[in-house]
Amino acid sequence: MSDLVGGPHAHSGSSISRTMVLVLVALTPATLFGFYEFGWPAVFLFLVTVTAAIAAESFALALGGKPQKPFLLDGSAVVTGWIIAMTLPPWAPWWIGVVGSFIAIVLAKHAFGGLGQNVFNPAMIARTVLLISFPIEMTQFLTPQPMFTGGSPGFFEGLEITFAGHTAFDAVSSASLLGAIKTQLGLGVPVNEVVGGSLSLTAMALGIVPGSMGETSAVAILLGGILLLATRTITWHAPVAMIVTMAVLAGLFQAIDPGRYPGPAIHLVSGTFLFAAFFIATDYVTAPATGMGKLIFGAGVAALTFIIRTWAAYPEGIGFAILLMNAAVPLIDHYVRPRIYGRTRSGEPIRYEEI
Amino acid sequence: MKMFRIKGGIHPDERKDLAAGKAIETVPLPSLLRIPLQQHIGAPAVTVVEKGDEVKKGQVLASARGPVSAAIHAPTSGRISAIGRFVAPHPSGLPGQTITMRPDGKDEWGELPAPIEDPFAVEPDVIAERVAASGIVGMGGATFPSAVKLGLRNRNKLETLVINAAECEPYLTCDDRMMRERSEAVIDGIRILRHALGVERAIIAIEGNKPEALAALKAVCSANQFKDVLIARVPTRYPMGSEKHLVQTLTGKETPARALTADIGVVVHNVATCYAIREAVRFGRPLISRIVTVSGGAMKRTGNFEVPIGTPISHLIDHCDGFNKEPDRLLLGGPMMGQPIASTRTSIVKGSNGVLALCPDETPARQTMPCIRCASCVSACPCGLTPFEMAGHIRKEELDAAVKIGLLDCIACGSCAWVCPASIPLVQYFNYAKGKLTAQQRAKHKQEETKRLTQFREERMERQKRAKQEAMARMKAEREAKKKAEAEKKRAKQETIGA
Amino acid sequence: MIEAMAVLFGLGGALGGGLGLAAYYLRVEGNPIAEEIEGLLPGTNCGQCGYLGCSAAAEGLAKGEIGVAMCPPGGKTLASQLADKLGVEADLSGMKDKGPVTAFIFEDLCTGCTKCLKRCPTDAIVGASRQMHGVVDDACTGCEVCEEVCPTGAITMRPVTDTLMTWHWPKPDTGLAA
Ligand code: SF4
Ligand code: SF4
Repeated sequence: MSDLVGGPHAHSGSSISRTMVLVLVALTPATLFGFYEFGWPAVFLFLVTVTAAIAAESFALALGGKPQKPFLLDGSAVVTGWIIAMTLPPWAPWWIGVVGSFIAIVLAKHAFGGLGQNVFNPAMIARTVLLISFPIEMTQFLTPQPMFTGGSPGFFEGLEITFAGHTAFDAVSSASLLGAIKTQLGLGVPVNEVVGGSLSLTAMALGIVPGSMGETSAVAILLGGILLLATRTITWHAPVAMIVTMAVLAGLFQAIDPGRYPGPAIHLVSGTFLFAAFFIATDYVTAPATGMGKLIFGAGVAALTFIIRTWAAYPEGIGFAILLMNAAVPLIDHYVRPRIYGRTRSGEPIRYEEI
Repeated sequence: MKMFRIKGGIHPDERKDLAAGKAIETVPLPSLLRIPLQQHIGAPAVTVVEKGDEVKKGQVLASARGPVSAAIHAPTSGRISAIGRFVAPHPSGLPGQTITMRPDGKDEWGELPAPIEDPFAVEPDVIAERVAASGIVGMGGATFPSAVKLGLRNRNKLETLVINAAECEPYLTCDDRMMRERSEAVIDGIRILRHALGVERAIIAIEGNKPEALAALKAVCSANQFKDVLIARVPTRYPMGSEKHLVQTLTGKETPARALTADIGVVVHNVATCYAIREAVRFGRPLISRIVTVSGGAMKRTGNFEVPIGTPISHLIDHCDGFNKEPDRLLLGGPMMGQPIASTRTSIVKGSNGVLALCPDETPARQTMPCIRCASCVSACPCGLTPFEMAGHIRKEELDAAVKIGLLDCIACGSCAWVCPASIPLVQYFNYAKGKLTAQQRAKHKQEETKRLTQFREERMERQKRAKQEAMARMKAEREAKKKAEAEKKRAKQETIGA
Repeated sequence: MIEAMAVLFGLGGALGGGLGLAAYYLRVEGNPIAEEIEGLLPGTNCGQCGYLGCSAAAEGLAKGEIGVAMCPPGGKTLASQLADKLGVEADLSGMKDKGPVTAFIFEDLCTGCTKCLKRCPTDAIVGASRQMHGVVDDACTGCEVCEEVCPTGAITMRPVTDTLMTWHWPKPDTGLAA
C-alpha cells in the first residue's frame, strides 16, 4: 500500500498529453491539406518548426531546472510548434520557423513560468513578433501549387526553397486574400470586383487560395473544430461567439456600404479567422475559465479583428486581437465567475420568502 | 415526476457490477470486536461499562454526551476486555478511545426496550426518543445523529421527507441490495420516519442504474396502496447523493448557503437509516450492525455483508478470502469520498458503507502536472466553484483568498479532481486548507484563553500581594502597639520603683 | 525597426522607473502599532525574549530593538506573522521551530515542591505541596518557565502530537507545478 493519498481515488483518465494529442488529431486535416496545396517546402518548414519547438522546450526546461520527461511528453510544445507552422507562409525560409518556435516557447511560455503560466498565447506572440520583424518573409504568400502537379516543386527543389531561400519561385508569390482586398480597396476598386475576380468564395472555403500553410481551408479547419467539440476538448463558447460577432459586425457594415466593406462570408472564411476560432481562442491557458467569460473573450477577439482588418494598417488583425484579449483574461475571470450553489451572484446566501 | 437539473457533476465508471449481484451475507463473529466511541459527528460517547464486564447483545456500552452525540451498544454478548486507545478508522491512523470486546459466541440479546406496536399511533416524539436511545446515525456516511434530524420538526416547517437511495458512489451496492432484499422493511421504515417527522409525503430517490431496487420498492407500494410514498428515478450522475443536490433535483429549490435543507422544508435520510429506525421502533433493536459492500479489483471475492459494528476490517477481508494482489489503496467508503485507512486492524463503524481494495489500474496515480486552466474542474463542480483558482491560492498559502471565492461552500465531492487532466489533488488542497483554518481558529482560541488565564493569575497575585502587605502592616502595627504597651508598663514600673 | 525598439524600450524604462519611484515615495508607512503586535504575542509574559513581559516586548518589536524571531513559544509561525505585520523581510529558515510543546512532569522525580506551580503564568500546573504535580495540556503554552525552575529536573517539554480532533490533511506535494 502506498503512503497517505487524498481522495478521490478514481479518475476520469484524462491527461494533458491526451488533450494535446486530440488537438493534434484535429489539426491534421488542415495540415494535410496544406501539405497538398503547397508541396514539399511546406512539409519541410513544418518539420523544422515542430522540431525547433521541441528543442526550445527542452532548452527552456534545462535552463529552468525542470525535469525534461514529463514536460516533453505532455505534448504542449508540439502543439505550439505545430500551430506556429500552420500560421506561416508555406514557403518561408527555415529560420522563420526556428525563430518563431523559440520566441513562442522560451519567451512567451517559459519566461512566464512554463506550462499553464503564460498570459499570452505563445503561437500568437511568435506570429506577431515575426510579422513585425520580418514583414517581407511573413507576407510572401503564393498561389497554391498542389503537390505532384506541374507547378509544384519536387523534393529537392523543396529542400532548396526551405533551406537555401531559393528565389526562383518568386514568380508565383502573391498577396493573401485579405492583403489583396486591402490593396485593391486602397486603389479604389470596389469589393465585389476584387472578390469576383480571381478569388471566389468557394475557392476560399475550400482553401485553394494564397495564404498560410494551414489556414486557408475553412472546410478542413471546421472538420478539426468539430472533432474538438465532439470530444469535448473545447467548448462551443469562444468559436461561436467569434463567428457570430464577426458575422454581425461585417453584415452591419456591408449593409452600410457594400462597396467598401466585404461581407460576413469573406471575413469568416478568409485569413486566420476560423483557425483562430477553433485552435487559438480555445487555448486553455490564455482564455477565460467560464462559459460566459469565453463568450466575452470570443466576441472581443472578433470585434478587434474586424476593427483592425477594416481600419488599421495590417490586412490581418487576429494576432493582435487575440493578444489584446489575452491581456484582458485575468480581468474577465475576476468579474465573470460562476454562481456558487446556494448563493446569489453577489455571494450572499439565497433568501426565500418566509414559508 | 418532474426532475430539475443540477449544475456540474460527472459520470465516473460505476463498477457496481462487481458486487451488485451478490446477496447480503452474514459474517461469522470475529474473535474480537473493537468499538470506537466516536462513530458519529459530534461529541464522542462516554463509556458506561468497565473492563471485565459481561455484556449482553444490545446493551448500552457508551451513552450519548450532549445534544449532538450517539449511544453505542454491544453488537453481541461477551466480555469487555479493554477500554483504551486504538487505531481509529481514520486516514491519519491515530488512536481514538475504543472499547474492545471478546464475544462469548452465545450472541444472547439483553433486555431491549419494548417494541412500539403501532408506530403510527404514537406521538412523533416517542419515536424520536427511541431513535436517540438506539444510537442511530446517518448511515450513508455522514453519520449525523438521526434523532437530531428528527428534532428539526420543532424548528422548521417541514413538508417533505426525501429518502436518499441514490447511492451515487461507484462500487457501493449495499443500499441497492437492501432495497431489493428487504423492500417491505425499508418501505415500512420510511413510513415510520414520515410519521415521525409529521410530513405528508416521502420521496425515495433512486438513481436510474438500480432498476431492480426501483421495481422492488414500487411493487411493495402498489401492493399495499401506500399513497404517502413516492418513488423517484433520479438521473445517474455523481454527486446525486449530496443532500442539497438531491433536494434540488427533486424540488428545484436550492438550499441557501450555510443553511440546512430543513430550511426549505425538506429533510433527507438515507435508506439504510430508515431500516435501522424500523428495527429500533418495531423490535427495540439498537444499531449494532450494518451492511457493507466489499469490493475492488484487489479482492478475491466481493459481496455485500451484514457486519456487526466493531468487526475488524481484516476479519471481513479474510472472510472474502483475502486479496488476489497487493491493493494499491484500501478505502473505507466509496472511491470518490471514501477515506484511506492506514491499517486493516481498524474496524467497521456505523458509517462504513464499503471496504474497497483497489488495484493500480482502478486508481490511476499520475504525476501531478501544473494546472493548464482547462476549466474542466469549473464545469464539473456541482457547487459553482472555481477549484483551480482555490487550489492556486491555497498553494500559495492564501487561505483567506480561497475562502473568499467559496472554499467553505465546497462539499469535497471530488468531481473536480476526477476530471482534472493535470491530476492535481484538488480535494486534498481543500481539505488541507479547511483543516488548517480550523487549527488556526483553535490556536486563536487558545491564545485568548491563555491571556484570560494570565490575567486571572496576575490579579490573584496582586490580591495575594496586597493581602500580604496588609497582613504585614497589621503585624507591624500590632508589634508596635505591643512595644508601646511594654514601654508604658516599664515606665510605670520604673515610676513605681522610683516613687 | 530600431526606432520602434528604442521607443518601446524607452517606454518600458519610463514606466518601470515610474513604478519604482511610486513604490518608493508612495510607500504605505509601516504602522507598527505596539498594541496590534501585542495581540499576536502569546501574552504569557514568560520573559524568554528578555523583556519583562509581552507588552514590553511588543514595544521593543515596534521600535525595532529586536528581530521577529524573538519568541520561542510563538515559534516560526509567530515570527512570520510578525514579519508580515511589521512589513519586514525575515529569513526564518535558520530559525529552529520545535513546533508547539507542552510541559510534562515525570512522576518519579517530582517532589511536590510547588516551585513550578507558583511560576506558571497560566496556572496550567495543578497539585499541592508534597503532592505530585500534573499539567493541564489545554492551558499550557509551552513557555518553559517551569522547566527552568524545577530543582529535580522532573519537567520536560514534549511536542504536542496530533489527535483525531486536531489532525488535518497535509498540504499536497506541489508536484511539477512551479
Ligand atoms: S470537491 Fe469542492 S470544488 Fe471540487 S467539485 Fe466538489 S464541491 Fe466543487
Ligand atoms: S481541471 Fe485541473 S488542469 Fe484543468 S483548470 Fe482545473 S485544476 Fe487546472
